[in-house]
Amino acid sequence: MVIAVLAVQGSFFEHERILDRLGVEYFEIRHKSDLGRDFDGLILPGGESTTMGKLLRELDLFDTLKKKIIDGLPVYGTCAGMILLSSRLSNDDNVYFGTMDMTVRRNAYGRQLGSFETVADVKGIGEVPMVFIRAPYIESIGEKAEALATVNGNIVAARQGNQLVTSFHPELTDNTKVHEYFLSMIK
Amino acid sequence: MSENRYGLNKNLAQMLKGGVIMDVTTPEQAKIAEAAGACAVMALERIPADIRAAGGVSRMSDPKMIKGIQNAVSIPVMAKARIGHFVEAQILEALEIDYIDESEVLSPADDTYHIDKTKFKVPFVCGARNLGEALRRIAEGASMIRTKGEAGTGDVIQAVRHMRTIQSEMRRVQSLREDELFNTAKELAVPYDLVKYVHDNGKLPVVNFSAGGVATPADAALMMQLGAEGVFVGSGIFKSGNPEKRAAAIVKAVTNYNDPAVLAELSEDLGEAMVGINPDEIKVIMESR
Repeated sequence: MVIAVLAVQGSFFEHERILDRLGVEYFEIRHKSDLGRDFDGLILPGGESTTMGKLLRELDLFDTLKKKIIDGLPVYGTCAGMILLSSRLSNDDNVYFGTMDMTVRRNAYGRQLGSFETVADVKGIGEVPMVFIRAPYIESIGEKAEALATVNGNIVAARQGNQLVTSFHPELTDNTKVHEYFLSMIK
Repeated sequence: MSENRYGLNKNLAQMLKGGVIMDVTTPEQAKIAEAAGACAVMALERIPADIRAAGGVSRMSDPKMIKGIQNAVSIPVMAKARIGHFVEAQILEALEIDYIDESEVLSPADDTYHIDKTKFKVPFVCGARNLGEALRRIAEGASMIRTKGEAGTGDVIQAVRHMRTIQSEMRRVQSLREDELFNTAKELAVPYDLVKYVHDNGKLPVVNFSAGGVATPADAALMMQLGAEGVFVGSGIFKSGNPEKRAAAIVKAVTNYNDPAVLAELSEDLGEAMVGINPDEIKVIMESR
């Protein structure tokens, strides 16, 4: 099994460290030539969604990755990665891959003073520590997708077939359970 | 500041990695920076090159101007406070700024004491020229470091010197025996546990960006190859002939800093770079503040 980690901007190194701990092979996607390699799953890390969205298009990665996701490639998006997969943003006109049936609010907890940590249950995974950094949450979710976790009444994790998203950053903790769950989605 | 809050603040810097933070003076410039792919903007009334040209005392920006920029973009907004001016920092915290830069680019307010950053909930980034300076700022509560360079010159030489110095000092600390670390802590005038962290991990306990003099995509890639985790670009963008194009090119250069073919392509036809001044020819040396 080989995982591709989108590495155009943001906190991709921390995902790679978790994959190292789980003994999973991976490589970074920074440029179109990187898409020539075969991979079984894709991680879209945290960072700035506007930056990543622009680089995806300008580095000519967007169409190939979108097609792979639509064709069933397992993908896990954290924070900005969740925004990239969302079909609607309630406070932004941009849509990126738009492959997951949900409405996401960007910077939903406000500025950095609103960033926080908590522990909560994720369906099918159990209790995990959650780190929210200028995080989004899911305001509403379509029929095709399923909510996996809520914090203070807001959806912060969801799955739709091959797509998994979390508002929080398991890669910034020592807990590998969410990544293990994602790897289990890869047949 | 609680442990938890410090961790969250260090983690915001993690999200900025591999990105470019751009100086902007108006909401319009902030929008251009965001559209070009900046991962954050630094709101200030004058960019460093103009601070040099204007002379006089340079202070925190007008809160109204900062709010205008906060309302214009969705990416994190940073702003500068004078070194040691903890009331300017309190004001910036009241504005819910995402990051405070305790910056040598402004006129220092205190020639002995930096701000006690542990007293704040919002994160701070501070400049450093060497490992001792970086670790002292971290001990004071900085959750991100940037090498100082020499702001407003368009000359990358000081940024290179400071990044090389920090990296080589970290390699030296890594090579020491454990019983030698106590003396290093004494020499650097920093807490032992920070020296131990560098010894064990070969890096700073916080994210380290480069700043001060970056003017071209090649400059940005140079700093990344020397070990920067991201880049601040101040005067280099809005003092150049085509800010939109140059900003976007620098963003892409930071992503593909190890790929000369990509760098060649995006360095093409960017228009005039900022004219720049040689640090040897200027009167005010900001890095020594």
